[in-house]
Amino acid sequence: MRRGWFLPIAASLGFAFLYAPIVSLVVFSFNESNLVTVWSGFSTKWYGALLADPQMLGAAWLSVQVAFAAASIALVLGTLCAVALVRFRKFRGRTVLAGTASAPLVMPDVITGLALLLLFVAMEATLGWPAGRGLMTIVIAHSTFCTAYVVVVVQSRLSDLDLSLEEAAMDLGATPIRVFFDITLPIIAPALVSGWLLAFTLSLDDLVIASFVSGPGSSTLPMVIFSKVRLGVSPDVNALATIIIGIVALGVLAATLLQLRSRPRKARA
Amino acid sequence: MSSFDTEAPPPRPRRPWTVVERGLAAVGLSGKALVIAAPAIWLTVFFLVPLLVVFGISLTVKQFGRPPYTPLLTNEDGTVQLTLHLNNYIRLFTDGLYISAYLSSIKIAFISTVIALCIGYPMAYAIARAPDQWRNILLMLVILPFWTSFLLRVYALTGFMRGNGVINNFLGLFGIEPLVMMQTDFAVYVGIVYSYLPFMILPLYTNLVKLDGALLEASADLGARPLRTFLTITLPLSMPGIIAGSMLVFIPAIGEYVIPALLGGPSTLMIGRVLWDEFFANTNWPRASAVAVAMLVVVVIPIMLLQKAQDAVQDRERAK
Amino acid sequence: MAKKPQLAIDTRPWRDPDAKPFVRIKNVTKRFGDVYAVSDVSLDIYKSELFCLLGGSGSGKSTLLRMLAGFEQPTSGSIEIDGQDMTEVAPYNRPVNMMFQSYALFPHMNVEQNIAYGLKRDHLPPAEINNRVAELLSLVKLQDYGKRRPHQLSGGQRQRVALARALAKRPKLLLLDEPLGALDKKLREETQFELVKIQETLGVTFIVVTHDQEEAMSLATRIGVMNSGEIAMIGEPTDIYEFPNSKFVAGFIGSVNMVEGIVIEDEPDHVRIRSGELGCDIFVGHGVDCAPDQILWWAIRPEKITLSRDKPENAEDANVTQGIVEEIGYLGDMSVYQVRLESGKHIRVTQTNTVRGNPDSITWDEQVYLSWDDNAGSVLTV
Repeated sequence: MRRGWFLPIAASLGFAFLYAPIVSLVVFSFNESNLVTVWSGFSTKWYGALLADPQMLGAAWLSVQVAFAAASIALVLGTLCAVALVRFRKFRGRTVLAGTASAPLVMPDVITGLALLLLFVAMEATLGWPAGRGLMTIVIAHSTFCTAYVVVVVQSRLSDLDLSLEEAAMDLGATPIRVFFDITLPIIAPALVSGWLLAFTLSLDDLVIASFVSGPGSSTLPMVIFSKVRLGVSPDVNALATIIIGIVALGVLAATLLQLRSRPRKARA
Repeated sequence: MSSFDTEAPPPRPRRPWTVVERGLAAVGLSGKALVIAAPAIWLTVFFLVPLLVVFGISLTVKQFGRPPYTPLLTNEDGTVQLTLHLNNYIRLFTDGLYISAYLSSIKIAFISTVIALCIGYPMAYAIARAPDQWRNILLMLVILPFWTSFLLRVYALTGFMRGNGVINNFLGLFGIEPLVMMQTDFAVYVGIVYSYLPFMILPLYTNLVKLDGALLEASADLGARPLRTFLTITLPLSMPGIIAGSMLVFIPAIGEYVIPALLGGPSTLMIGRVLWDEFFANTNWPRASAVAVAMLVVVVIPIMLLQKAQDAVQDRERAK
Repeated sequence: MAKKPQLAIDTRPWRDPDAKPFVRIKNVTKRFGDVYAVSDVSLDIYKSELFCLLGGSGSGKSTLLRMLAGFEQPTSGSIEIDGQDMTEVAPYNRPVNMMFQSYALFPHMNVEQNIAYGLKRDHLPPAEINNRVAELLSLVKLQDYGKRRPHQLSGGQRQRVALARALAKRPKLLLLDEPLGALDKKLREETQFELVKIQETLGVTFIVVTHDQEEAMSLATRIGVMNSGEIAMIGEPTDIYEFPNSKFVAGFIGSVNMVEGIVIEDEPDHVRIRSGELGCDIFVGHGVDCAPDQILWWAIRPEKITLSRDKPENAEDANVTQGIVEEIGYLGDMSVYQVRLESGKHIRVTQTNTVRGNPDSITWDEQVYLSWDDNAGSVLTV
């Protein structure tokens, strides 16, 4: 096929659009002045300010705890759900489970958040649990929508997995549970890792649902950021964003390199 | 090879897994039932039931107290009474605010989707046709923003578009008057396109990269110019990708709260924002619930379209 | 059908009515929804046999194999292995192992770990596992490859690892699903003989599923031809080829000429069939279970017909017809002639090229006579 000039130019402009705001965000995090958009000299003082802000640090710690717990719960539930959907071809309520598992993906955050809050309030009124809202309710809410993402990731890996591998293990004398731990789990491990990371990131990023289901004194990092940037730009948020982007970029880079290294093997297998 | 006679295997010792399986079987549970039950129960309690609660509360009215809505069921002298109010739904249809918020949400989501498609399609196509060693890097560049915080990316846009932001500073160098971009519908379009562009590119890319180059060569061989080949071969074949990508932008855009809140002006009406304000500013939980129910109805159609597009893709893969 | 000559000492248990079958498939039916994948199949397989299930895709051969392995449950009927009813036995408790079409080697384990997997499930002592793994590696000639991962092996090596893994537990019965299907032609021919050798050395009963008739013919002690869920014919390779019991079997294995005819003489020692298509009578030198005026089919293999320029003599005034050579395909060792009879029917004839560069060979547009022996063809009623 003849390659024209249109595609490369369109793609370059598209990438410029995607990255220019991020680049400027990073650049201005090193700005001396507190005007986030006028350059006045290099400084790392906003990073210092960030580390000295107990509210930010507290929120960050809470968010990491929530994300860790939610991603782990979602990993277990999502993997079980994916196994049920892919491996047990027929059972009552399969369609309902499949629909329920993927619905949170497309459910607007405001609805998910509102619905869970109303549930927690109703449960507290009738069952007395959960008493008040905070870490626990955020974890439950995040686990629920993250489960849907884990299901998608694990499901696609599982359905690619050659069924005869599991049958072969069973044929050689392994009981179904054994097959799962000996064969299925090691092979889908990369999908589990990326499912967990995806869930962790999504939980760390969520503003809307957390705003509904959190209680007083349990503000997550996005909630603190949101209340800050709503009032206007603040350079310490730039600094925070730069740190987060740095971590993510390193993570994605490492993951891509790992994948690239394992790909030629897969191609031959 | 004398050892290869087919004698019976030695008796098997009890293995831990067997014990676990027998234990489960003793209480009437197979491993299979447990695997299904755990996620099914969780999703029922924390996803399906809450939606029912929302529907229930949408049929009550606001009152002062805790909880801030009238009870659905009341127990007076031993008779349980169910009280349903349709006030909220009547208000949705009579109060111009809600209807225009719905229409405006659909309009904003639709226009943003079209823009995202126009930007995303050439990008996806360029990546799909790029040389192998470039493809993975470009793809990573598309995915990278998806992993960084959504909120922070929207924030990055504010720094870009505000009155004394990067764009206006740049234009100022040429003596051009600052443009007002923030707090307009325009900023919301940019925000949605910017945030959801990866969702548009990825399904398009997955579709286009599978496009058999021989089809394009065959078309050219039969006398079609590149543009005609694109319109008659590439475009129709990439339809599932276009639908999937468009729905992945359209659906979340409809219910978006953060983007209109940070980038839009006071006149930018979107249902997500209306729901938020009903809940947080007016603490009218029943009204917010009614808005949520109505919003669900709006997103169901695109969700079904998305499902259909994905089924079509799966069917085609299976046919191979 | 003609009686086949009996060998002095018959080592073929299926010919002995008192022999006890090792695998007994009784009236097995498997239904998926409304589709009968396998319908009412009964089959006896004897110890140390190498039995081939041959059929096209969708013929039910793989489903039958998977039922033997325990991955599918029969809808009705029963399967007995070595006198034990297997219907309720889970795959992991059956004395049966399977070699998968895709080989299904565990990608995260090396060759040794793959082979040892089944032995570990039996909790054999580690020393014995090591011995057996070494023994198997040498059996399949992969001594130096024990530490490799499956993706570091060639297709043929992977095939041998899969075989070794399936043999490791010394199964009473080994099931092989298209064992040579993924290999290229040359490698397939070599491996074919390896497989037979290993089977003969170990004396394990093999059931092989294949769609490749050549493979089935050269591997099997007996073949079961399957067609749309049913067993069309069971027999030794020569039976299947020379004495097919139906139009399907005759057409499925090798190439065949099939003509329609009507019975005009029905005697205990011979039958005469008149065929308009063929333009002559067919004299069959043995009795056939048929009635006068019955319409039936007669099938003859291309190599059983002789071509000549002069009309051959025939005492019965039958088994000779004439036609014109339309096409010749020269294959080196032999030539394939397509002859058009007066009725318009095309007949395929193969002749071995015994004379080198024969200048006098029959050529295009020549008028030729086709003739055959009294017992060269098969009379088919179904």
